[in-house]
Amino acid sequence: MTAPASRAAVQAAPARSPALGGFADGTLIALAIGAVILWFAPSGMGRYGTYVLSLWLVMAIAVMGLNLTLGYAGLKSLAQAAFMGIGAYITALLTTKTGISWYAAFAISGIVTFAVGLLLGFPALRVKAHYLAFVTLAFSTLVWLVMRNEQWLTGGVFGLSNIPRPSLFGFKLDGALAFHRFVVVVTFLLAVLLWWMIRSPWGRAFTALRENPIRAASLGIDTRTYTLLAFAIGSAYAGFAGALYAPLVEFIDPSPFSLSQSFFLLLMVVAGGAGYLLGPFIGALLGVVLPEWLRFAGSLYLIIFAAIVMLLLIACPQGMSGLIERGWAWITGRNKAGGSR
Amino acid sequence: MDPGAPLACGRDDTSRLNATLNEASENTAMAEFIAYLIAGVATGAIYALAAIGFTLVWQTSQTINFAQGEFVMLPAVLVLLAIKLFGAPIWLGALIGIATFILIFGVGFKIAVVDPMIRHGVLPLAIATMALSIIMKEGAKDGFSAEAQNFPSFVPTDTLSVFGAAISLQHLAIIAVAFAVIGALQWFVGGTRLGRQMQATAQNPTVARILGIPVERMVLLTFVINAALAVVASVLISPIYLAKFSNGEVIGLFAFIAAIVGGFNQVRGALVGGLIVGIVDSLAAGYFSSQYKLAVPLVLLIIIILLKPEGLMGRREERRV
Repeated sequence: MTAPASRAAVQAAPARSPALGGFADGTLIALAIGAVILWFAPSGMGRYGTYVLSLWLVMAIAVMGLNLTLGYAGLKSLAQAAFMGIGAYITALLTTKTGISWYAAFAISGIVTFAVGLLLGFPALRVKAHYLAFVTLAFSTLVWLVMRNEQWLTGGVFGLSNIPRPSLFGFKLDGALAFHRFVVVVTFLLAVLLWWMIRSPWGRAFTALRENPIRAASLGIDTRTYTLLAFAIGSAYAGFAGALYAPLVEFIDPSPFSLSQSFFLLLMVVAGGAGYLLGPFIGALLGVVLPEWLRFAGSLYLIIFAAIVMLLLIACPQGMSGLIERGWAWITGRNKAGGSR
Repeated sequence: MDPGAPLACGRDDTSRLNATLNEASENTAMAEFIAYLIAGVATGAIYALAAIGFTLVWQTSQTINFAQGEFVMLPAVLVLLAIKLFGAPIWLGALIGIATFILIFGVGFKIAVVDPMIRHGVLPLAIATMALSIIMKEGAKDGFSAEAQNFPSFVPTDTLSVFGAAISLQHLAIIAVAFAVIGALQWFVGGTRLGRQMQATAQNPTVARILGIPVERMVLLTFVINAALAVVASVLISPIYLAKFSNGEVIGLFAFIAAIVGGFNQVRGALVGGLIVGIVDSLAAGYFSSQYKLAVPLVLLIIIILLKPEGLMGRREERRV
């Protein structure tokens, strides 16, 4: 039962190519170049264009977390949007009602979502990996119900508004461009943190786990703890994304944190390429930025996006990153694209 | 094996509860309770139909169908669409809609989605079904209507008075039809050659293949049965819930819960799970809170996973490697 899954995972593993160190450094360079481009990109894009770019990065953070859970640990979490909602509501409530600084709220959002991830994951992973999907499915709905019904706290369907943006060393980051640059820096730091985690001995154990859980277990890797931690860290990234989302949009209501949004985030992971560090940026680009540009397509875009993901899953389960890798291998004439076949 | 058994057990509970309620001499309270219970059994039967299909497909092909709720939503929409597009009478529209659905989401789903994807593993396939659920939902919204539409009922919408409780004829019809269908399925699986071959395929495909059972055809058959069960559920529930693109969300969620509560790998479990979830849901709506009625089955799910993860009727799976 696990054999085909692990084979797919092996094919999806960029780090398995011989030039392991070089490729990973390439990832870091790509991240740095991307950050510099995005720092200057919004010039001439206007307020709305800048907002879309920032939104892209914020969603990419949530997708990055889910990529850790799905792409590296092979777990289905259907609550990523709910975790993002928890982070967003915590940040919004703390910064508007208690006047706590955004940085503290950001940290608290991450810690709370991490802890909730542990609490949810522990009983589910005790049984079987796919039970996590059902527990998170139920959790997602529960969180949404609380957001919608507890008006005294969350404002119900009217949501919470006037969420302040943070300041840095006394500089106000209220402007679209200033806040965008702030988002670029936070996203870059979180991406580098993830890159470092995956390369660390901890992360290596993780990859071992994904590629052959039984062998990993026999090598003394505590499978359950590692998968649990991966899920909790992935959830914390959603909390961080939510903490950025609230001041970016300056208004939150329950709708962007519903169950279908969690499905959508999963599709973004797959579209970008599960198990690729840069995959989430591509996935979020397809899922968040493209529909903003293709406004005329309206809700039809959702159908097109889902259909593209299904086609990708049939033709190339490694997503766009896998396609790019194949294309690159074809251009450079190396015909051993996926490594093992 | 007897599909009537859980119902009988429910009646025992009722009579016991009724006794206590009578002591409090609250006749109206009892009538209310009976009404909630009947409504709960009726919706529970719908969840059971969806959960049984879900379990069958999972057993034979390792497909976790996250679009199961949309499978129940869509047939009614297709029937109405056929009536609207071709100006057909109801029976013809129903025939066209149902045939189209079974062709696309029974046979087509197996051939176009499951077959090419299962070789990549269980995970990509599960994600593909999520994509499918989005396509079905948004497709029904854009291609049909964003509003709830009336769906013709095959029984009058009257109520029947039993012990002072107003019981909807529709609920009784749902219970009767659903149990007849589930009973027929049980007979088919246990009592016919074809059904036993299907069961063998579900339990151990390798051995089934050695025994000369056409495994591929049997798997396809479970997909067709799944689609047919979805059609039955859809036609039964849509006169009450109306045909709407978003109906699948709750039905799908409760079908998963029913399957897990009952035992993820047991058809009988799916039936018991469906009834429990339906009754709990109905009583929660009546006595607890209509805002949080969704939450009660969800909490039930979490309790089951904590205490009896193999489900009420399930066997512990020892297979690890």
